[in-house]
Amino acid sequence: MTCEQWRDQFDAYADNAPGDFAGLEEHLRTCHACASEVLGRIQLKRATRAAAASRFTPSADFRLRIQNSIAGKPKPTRFSAWLPALTGALAALLLVAVSAGLWTRHESRRQTIAQLLDMHVATVASANPVDVVSTDRHTVKPWFQGKLPFTFNLPELANSPYKLLGGKLVYFHDQPAAQLLFELRKHELSVFIAQQPARLVYSGASEIHANGFSIESWTQDGLSYAIVSDSNSGDVHELGELLKAAARQ
Amino acid sequence: MPHFAKLYNFACWLTRDTHAAEDLVQETYMKALRGFSSFQQGTNFRAWIYRILRNTFLTSQTGLKVTAALDAEDEMVLEPATQTTPESILLARVELETIQQALESLPVHHREVILLCDLEEMSYQEIGQTLSIPIGTVMSRLSRARKAMRSLLTAREART
Repeated sequence: MTCEQWRDQFDAYADNAPGDFAGLEEHLRTCHACASEVLGRIQLKRATRAAAASRFTPSADFRLRIQNSIAGKPKPTRFSAWLPALTGALAALLLVAVSAGLWTRHESRRQTIAQLLDMHVATVASANPVDVVSTDRHTVKPWFQGKLPFTFNLPELANSPYKLLGGKLVYFHDQPAAQLLFELRKHELSVFIAQQPARLVYSGASEIHANGFSIESWTQDGLSYAIVSDSNSGDVHELGELLKAAARQ
Repeated sequence: MPHFAKLYNFACWLTRDTHAAEDLVQETYMKALRGFSSFQQGTNFRAWIYRILRNTFLTSQTGLKVTAALDAEDEMVLEPATQTTPESILLARVELETIQQALESLPVHHREVILLCDLEEMSYQEIGQTLSIPIGTVMSRLSRARKAMRSLLTAREART
């Protein structure tokens, strides 16, 4: 085959598409021009990804508006906006301010937990739950290089009942984060890692139960961690301890 | 809300207008909620919701302007890609901003297929499901889109 004929396979090869590329790889070992062109295509893919990723991020207002639309909540009316002023009294205003603070905190916590659950459920329900599929931490961790503005350690799981399934890049409160998927006795556990302040760590207790799921979160060395699973809280906590120990190394 | 930030980013790349993108994302979630019963469990949720967003865009005022060019373009015979500048040399010199400008300059059907493949890292099969086109068309459209992208980058590089 000529270089021109091999060129038809360059994009599929650079895109990791399924197929038999043994012949092409053999050709690339001996043809500098084609090898250079394939390398260029891989570089262009990476550069495009870097240029397009998170070029536009949604505002917090917009996120809230969509969440309210989905929940079917009515938008604030002009009358309700004026309502606090009508109370007149300073004491009432103070009460409103305090309540608003508590509500905001409650709402922020509720949104954080809801988003963690959403992302975990969507992942385990997906036909392609992770983008890097590997049980080897030395394959999964390097996959995030260039995709995240931070790095993290993964524990050695050889002598533990947990199994690493892979990972993918996700966005949490508009910030890039790593989602790692683990398995324990047919239960799947999502571990989210983001840079602080990513609000992965919700206010209040560090271990909670929501809709039958166990969630645990903590911060360590400038990173926020959260684990979500339908497994019991003891299993979630044990994985958390393994991650904490790995982060200290 | 699964895929929220990524859908918004993709919507902005399609519409090139943040207000239009917000409307597009909102309508996508509303349609997804209303039509969730049509989603087949076990199939690809990401391809499903991106398809809703993309179809909603194509039926919008902005999107309608680009649909006419799509079908005719896919019928074209794919010319062999010619290489004028080794991309590895070219990319060493271009800035991310230049790549963003080149992406914005592409026709929307080229831009979207590149974004789905390179940014969203969808497989050809997922892209086919999202755009409702066969895998062969995905490959030929990608090839054309990348050729156009390389030409734009080469031209911009030559001007500087």
